[in-house]
Amino acid sequence: MTIRLTMRVNGEPCAADDVWEGESLLYVLRERLGLPGSKNACEQGECGSCTVLMGGEVVCACLVGAGQAEGADIVTVEGLGDGEQLATIQQTFVDSGAVQCGFCTPGLLITAFDLLARDPDPTDATIREALAGNLCRCTGYEKILDAVRLAATRQSSSR
Amino acid sequence: MSVSTEVRNRTAGGVGDSPVRPDGMFKVTGQFAYSSDLYMDGMLWGTTLRSPHPRARIRSIDIGAALKLAGVSAVLTHDDVPGERVYGLEIADQPVLAYGEVRYQGEPVAIVAADHPETARRAAALIVVDYEVVEPVTDPREAVGHPYWKPVHDQPGQRTAMSRDKAPVHPEGNIVRHQPVRFGAPDTATADVVVRGDYEVGMQDQAFLGPESGLAVPDDDGGVDLYVATQWLHVDRRQLAGALALPEEKIRLTLAGVGGAFGAREDLSMQVHACMLALRTGRPVKMVYSREESFFGHVHRHPALMRYEHGADRDGRLIYVRAHILLDGGAYTSSTPAVVGNAATLGVGPYVIPNVAVDAWGVYTNNPPCGAMRGFGAVQAAFAYESQMDRLAAAVGVSPLEIRIRNAMSEGSVLPTGQVIDSPAPVAELMRRLEAMPLPPPLSEDLRGMPGGVSNTTHGEGVRRGVGYAIGIKNVGFSEGFDDFSTARVRIELVGDEPSVLVHTAAVEVGQGLVTVQAQIARSELGVERVTVAAADTQVGSGGSTSASRQTYVTGGAVRAACESVRVALFERAAERYGPGDYRLVGGTVESTVDGMVGDIASLLLEGPVERTVEWRHRPTQPVDEATGRGDAHVQWAFCAHRAVVDVDVELGLIRVVELAAVQDVGRAMNPDAVLGQIHGGSAQGLGLAVMEEVQLIDGKLRNPSFTDYLIPTIMDMPPMRVEVLELADPHAPYGLRGVGEPPTISSTPAIVAAVRAASGVDLRRVPIRPEHLVLPAARPGSDSGIAPGTPAHSTQRP
Ligand code: FES
Ligand code: FES
Repeated sequence: MTIRLTMRVNGEPCAADDVWEGESLLYVLRERLGLPGSKNACEQGECGSCTVLMGGEVVCACLVGAGQAEGADIVTVEGLGDGEQLATIQQTFVDSGAVQCGFCTPGLLITAFDLLARDPDPTDATIREALAGNLCRCTGYEKILDAVRLAATRQSSSR
Repeated sequence: MSVSTEVRNRTAGGVGDSPVRPDGMFKVTGQFAYSSDLYMDGMLWGTTLRSPHPRARIRSIDIGAALKLAGVSAVLTHDDVPGERVYGLEIADQPVLAYGEVRYQGEPVAIVAADHPETARRAAALIVVDYEVVEPVTDPREAVGHPYWKPVHDQPGQRTAMSRDKAPVHPEGNIVRHQPVRFGAPDTATADVVVRGDYEVGMQDQAFLGPESGLAVPDDDGGVDLYVATQWLHVDRRQLAGALALPEEKIRLTLAGVGGAFGAREDLSMQVHACMLALRTGRPVKMVYSREESFFGHVHRHPALMRYEHGADRDGRLIYVRAHILLDGGAYTSSTPAVVGNAATLGVGPYVIPNVAVDAWGVYTNNPPCGAMRGFGAVQAAFAYESQMDRLAAAVGVSPLEIRIRNAMSEGSVLPTGQVIDSPAPVAELMRRLEAMPLPPPLSEDLRGMPGGVSNTTHGEGVRRGVGYAIGIKNVGFSEGFDDFSTARVRIELVGDEPSVLVHTAAVEVGQGLVTVQAQIARSELGVERVTVAAADTQVGSGGSTSASRQTYVTGGAVRAACESVRVALFERAAERYGPGDYRLVGGTVESTVDGMVGDIASLLLEGPVERTVEWRHRPTQPVDEATGRGDAHVQWAFCAHRAVVDVDVELGLIRVVELAAVQDVGRAMNPDAVLGQIHGGSAQGLGLAVMEEVQLIDGKLRNPSFTDYLIPTIMDMPPMRVEVLELADPHAPYGLRGVGEPPTISSTPAIVAAVRAASGVDLRRVPIRPEHLVLPAARPGSDSGIAPGTPAHSTQRP
């Protein structure tokens, strides 16, 4: 059995046909909508590499059934910037050296973006707690912390 | 070399800077194409059927039902392998698809291509394999005691083009390699103070995040294009050519985005399978492993059983070390011979020891195959020798720092292989710098900083603090006589009106920043800021493996050499134009040492581009003697030391690493930010081995092939780091640099364990530490007996 799925992704209405009901939101984004930015490191809710915003909430796209996403408003890493300019958190990940292989990066960016929207001046302990669901195997997290701190500073000085 | 020094100082983004990495922008916007992101119209999805048994004979395979499923295009078994049925790095013994027998759980048996990944998986489930289950060999001690008892292989593997000519690689029974090292008179040496210990290292997984994946596209010429995440394109291609029975030029590999590697991509995974399916169906085939399959789809770090005896005088000066190191290589050879070589030659650590007897074995069992992982044989030995140094310190009554400083090797010291350390070896200085670093504040009041963290298991009661130190030594580059080289093509031309450089190598970027450093070298050498690094592929000669901390050294060396060759050609043009003279390239201009600036580089390029391709080798190394381990086996050594501070809840056995401090000599920090990134990330993997990471096996079967059950450090587990970097140039290396990637993984594990011992008072002999090891004496492995290999049987004759 297949379904037709309609969603808003990064502000654009979009639809996918012939979606098998067992597919995840992650599969639909990556394989049917041409948005492979969200990653697939575990597909069982443990690594956070697939993190997207769904209706403003941080979710693991690999754990969301395609049908559950019907009508939802989704933001992926491809939608963080405005097309011309990177979001602050994207720029600080590059500037701080928080990106090595980068496989964890899209999920971390969404999670950190959400954190800074809720708490513009987080303590280190708060950053660590917020990012605890996002695994990174390359960086040891030091420069990821730097990137989030730097984004908080840059965002507060531009306000 | 004053020329390049001066240029280097004047060209932004050159050697010693930390320019923004060129792939960073693509990675933060989601546009960077990893091997699992590839898509092509009309592509099929491939999947693999794997053995559920660690050991079984295959009576029959019935693919009929699978083939009939709608949407399935191909179902292939060993009968369909076009060429060689086995492959391997140094020894070809691993079947492309199992025939006759499966030797580990997860061994590939059949492959399927279908129009949807779920269809492919369902078809694989319809394949009927009739197995006759055989009792597996799962204890590596059996192999050493009786190498021909219950052989895992009924015939030795075949040497390959990568086999080191004279390296002692003689698969015999279940022993892949036995390497002794003898120095001084270890049999007769005696000492006032003797400490003995048995140690055990569990099986660690590289756990890169980007799963094994790639896209194979059949070509009209009967060949195939493969886009894949790997560590060494050319060695993949050589193995593919054998298995597919195609000439190498018909197999073109292009590097797709790599989501981490750490050794796990050195052996083939889906490469041959995807190409077989693509060639059979005539359509592009994509394969992506799930996380569970990834645990079965790549080699792991060798688990080790080790017995050490250290003898010293009353001041703690080492007189002898005797050691047995037993490494479980699992079902196939992979890189076990080289791992054994490292464990043997580096097995006593960075110390001066007059008498040494080390024996290292790598053996076959029916456990999962083990091979390369960051630290490669040096990690296992370091856990044992550093644990021993702490026990020796306690026995003679000096501090852990002092015992290491008293015995530290330095430039000019002789390794137990007889090789002289002919570059800086600042072992004592690394320890002293750790000692000088301030300690972190006492126990955190924030729950999130306590052992158990947000699980709210303690408010400080039962929590003890401990501090531990360790240092490690690692060889850089391929050792033991391996012909280790890289190839670089460098082209300079006008793009618009500006001089622009293109660097092309086949060397693999896995996240460490190789693309950045190649561009930095070209900028410094040619005085041109606009540098592009082409995608790595097999259109240029081999770059060698992204492993052994070697790429900045060897491919960096090749890029520099190619740039030098380009420079010579440009100077010839300058001489024609401006007359004979001594020229140099500075910040986009041509300068004469006599007349100063005479023109710009762009004007030299009006008559056309200059392109040079250079193959570059580091100085040769020697194989080691089979009986004594003597030989100048290594090209370079790298040193890193750690101090760990931990809080341990001694009632619950929970550990919190409070801080990790590291000091590493990198020779020259080519890119200081990337150097820090390597030290941070490597230290985190060592932390994982110390306190949480283990592939757990029962009777050869994996119990935890998922990120739910195989734990890697999260941002809550990884403490803040304090890092100091030393730059003591190695006169033999380009720019004086030293490989950086592996050393931090080696010393962080023993430093953390030492700190946990100090906090808890428990004599820990095994990593990873489990809570029960701390709180239940009965659950504690290894006193001084029981786990180490016995003396190997003298009879290695086939009974
Ligand atoms: S891929 Fe979704 S949590 Fe790992
Ligand atoms: S940068 Fe590789 S996993 Fe985070």
